[in-house]
Amino acid sequence: MKILVAAKRVVDPNLRVQVKPDASGIVTEGAGMSVNPFDEIALEEALRLRERGHAAEVVVVSIGPTQSRQQLRTCLAMGADRAILVETEVSLQPLGVSRALLRLVERERPTLVLLGKQSIDDESSQTAQMLAALWGRPQATSVSEVLIEGSCVRVTREVDAGMEVLELDLPAVISADLRLNEPRFVKLPDIVRAKRKPLDIHSLDELAIEGGNHPRHVHYSSPPARKRQIMVEDVPALLRSMRERGVIT
Amino acid sequence: MSNDSVLDKSDPSVRETLTYDLAIVGAGPSGLACAVRLKQLDPGLSVCVLEKGASVGAHILSGAVIETQPLDELFPSWRNAPPPSCIEANAEQFWWLTRTGALRLPIPPQMRNKGNRIVSLGSLCAWMAQQAEQLEVEIFPGFAAAEVLIEREEVNGVRVGSFGVDRSGRAKPSHSLGVDIRARFTVLAEGCRGHLSKRLIHRYGLDGVGDPQGYGLGFKELWQVPDGRLRPGLVQHSIGWPLDNSTYGGGFLYHCDAQRVAVGLVIGLDYSRGEFSPFDVFRQFKHHPMVRALLEGGNILSGGARALSEGGYQSLPVCEMPGALLIGDAAGMLNVPKIKGVHNALRAGMLAAEHIVGTGDVAGFDARLRGCAVGHELKKVRNIRPGFRYGLWWGLSNALWETASGGRSPWTLRNRADHAVSARAAPPAGSIPDERRDLPPHDRAALAYFAAVAHEEDQPIHLRIRNPEMCTGECREKHDNPCTRFCPTQVFEMVDEAEGTGLRINASNCIHCKACDIKDPYQIVDWVPPEGGSGPNYRNL
Repeated sequence: MKILVAAKRVVDPNLRVQVKPDASGIVTEGAGMSVNPFDEIALEEALRLRERGHAAEVVVVSIGPTQSRQQLRTCLAMGADRAILVETEVSLQPLGVSRALLRLVERERPTLVLLGKQSIDDESSQTAQMLAALWGRPQATSVSEVLIEGSCVRVTREVDAGMEVLELDLPAVISADLRLNEPRFVKLPDIVRAKRKPLDIHSLDELAIEGGNHPRHVHYSSPPARKRQIMVEDVPALLRSMRERGVIT
Repeated sequence: MSNDSVLDKSDPSVRETLTYDLAIVGAGPSGLACAVRLKQLDPGLSVCVLEKGASVGAHILSGAVIETQPLDELFPSWRNAPPPSCIEANAEQFWWLTRTGALRLPIPPQMRNKGNRIVSLGSLCAWMAQQAEQLEVEIFPGFAAAEVLIEREEVNGVRVGSFGVDRSGRAKPSHSLGVDIRARFTVLAEGCRGHLSKRLIHRYGLDGVGDPQGYGLGFKELWQVPDGRLRPGLVQHSIGWPLDNSTYGGGFLYHCDAQRVAVGLVIGLDYSRGEFSPFDVFRQFKHHPMVRALLEGGNILSGGARALSEGGYQSLPVCEMPGALLIGDAAGMLNVPKIKGVHNALRAGMLAAEHIVGTGDVAGFDARLRGCAVGHELKKVRNIRPGFRYGLWWGLSNALWETASGGRSPWTLRNRADHAVSARAAPPAGSIPDERRDLPPHDRAALAYFAAVAHEEDQPIHLRIRNPEMCTGECREKHDNPCTRFCPTQVFEMVDEAEGTGLRINASNCIHCKACDIKDPYQIVDWVPPEGGSGPNYRNL
């Protein structure tokens, strides 16, 4: 079985995100970039499935600017067998991304598509769902356990009421939650080896993706600065202070 | 290809080895210049660069106004596609600050910046790394060189730090053993007070003939300020307030593009007052009416601190040892009166590559370095910085003489080790006046936030105290634990516990500035690298 993993290039999660002074977007100049952490978890799961003998090949795909090669090389160094970059300078919305992914799914015919449950930049959490709908296959989102059982996959999801266990027919789309696993560290010799693994590059036009109407970003702003904290002596002082602020009556 | 020997090894318990002709520790200006020059001279040689920061530039913090001549030599066409945030210095001012006023001074000849560029050294290094990768230099950000490999008294590579080790030193499930990098030659380009350089200088007695190294601690923040306040290309330097006359140092304001201004203060770590807190002094500096007027209402984008070497010529260690070289600020190539070191770092890096390719050896590099522009320049200004040990006025008069005489004085003033001049902490009265300070960061923990520090919490503490009893005993009595004040991000705290007072090390706040390793009066702090990729994530500093 073949697993397709989607990985997005995002601003490094350890950085402080800065809004451009004209509110048109996020400053990426001088920012370290990395693989979207949830996608990294999805890839780790794919690698573990391969190591357990469930998969023969793990293909990782990214849709983004030419610099996304860097993140794909990281994925290859983690252990993916090969990588595909769909190069585009246009920022695609989830629908465009899922359409591009669908084209690749048609070409690659994977049994399982694994993605992060959301990207840490736009946090749309839509791509996996849209891809499943376009492909007409079952989906499970925010998954924290994956078990392959013959032609089915049994997954555990964390829901408000507790754990939900679903059984899906393969092929299927699964999006990974934080608790699914802890991704491995990339090893230095694997970075050297990854340079020799295949990385195919396609343009968006080649895949004949329709543009469609995308939402337009109107304004970005930083969250309001938090007010300075105060220290109170004891519980009565805390209650007094909360009453003064109208938090309790 | 020299790495083929490792390609088939997959047993995780075996430590793997990679082999290169040249291994460089540190992707700063000197290390990258060395890598690029080596590949330009002989593309057949293999070279790798290890960098402990998560990306190239993440651990770089510098003013910086740089001389561009070495860049012209290294990248003749760099002006056609310059690095980001790089603008020409087009005006300059030198100020003497008092608590409320400022007096314009004539600009000393060394400090003239005509033709120089205001850059973010972090962005410059990231840009250099791209050029290096095009030449097939292998750069490994996120991997720290933890140990030096020495065989038969000769350096023959470095061992990369392991990943996935818990606080007590045990392997976690994610454990990954660091590899060995074997190299014909190793170049230490770690920057000021590099932890491997420190050990090698000691092991090979490289500082035996010279004076102890002297250091400074530089703070820098990048601010975005409302439109209309800046004059892009303006370089402003200051001396005086809030430093007293016995403490060496000075402030800077570099007006950059995109409504950004770099504000900073460098403080000589040979300050003697035990109660001195460099962070608070820098904060105070930002509230001088002249500085505050620029910053107020703006946003701080990134900030941090880093030690720098100020010892100059008489403190320059021997820069070669069997199998390895020492370049850049790891050796100490800052020209203090010029307030510039990047050009010398670039030159030293290029020279190291030229020497290795030309002679097939490292022997003879030190003499060549001292005989080239780097050595000449440092020698000429050698007496200026140590003159300030006798106070600001003496220092300025001496600087005037040394400048007028072109450094031809028959004498050489000596340097002392910074840690040896710490006096007992005096009561806070008479120290820094408690002025209004409302610009962020409000405290040292907040500086760690603006430095975007990230460390995995569950890993061994990377600030090793050789003799912890000293902290609660003699150091507490005699010095009132200066580590609790000199650390810019408050890594060290004395806390009252049930068993008595103890030292708490908030290692995950560490911005890798190395001040503790330098200034601790008992020299019992050893800074070692945490898990690769940890530490600050500076942006455009």
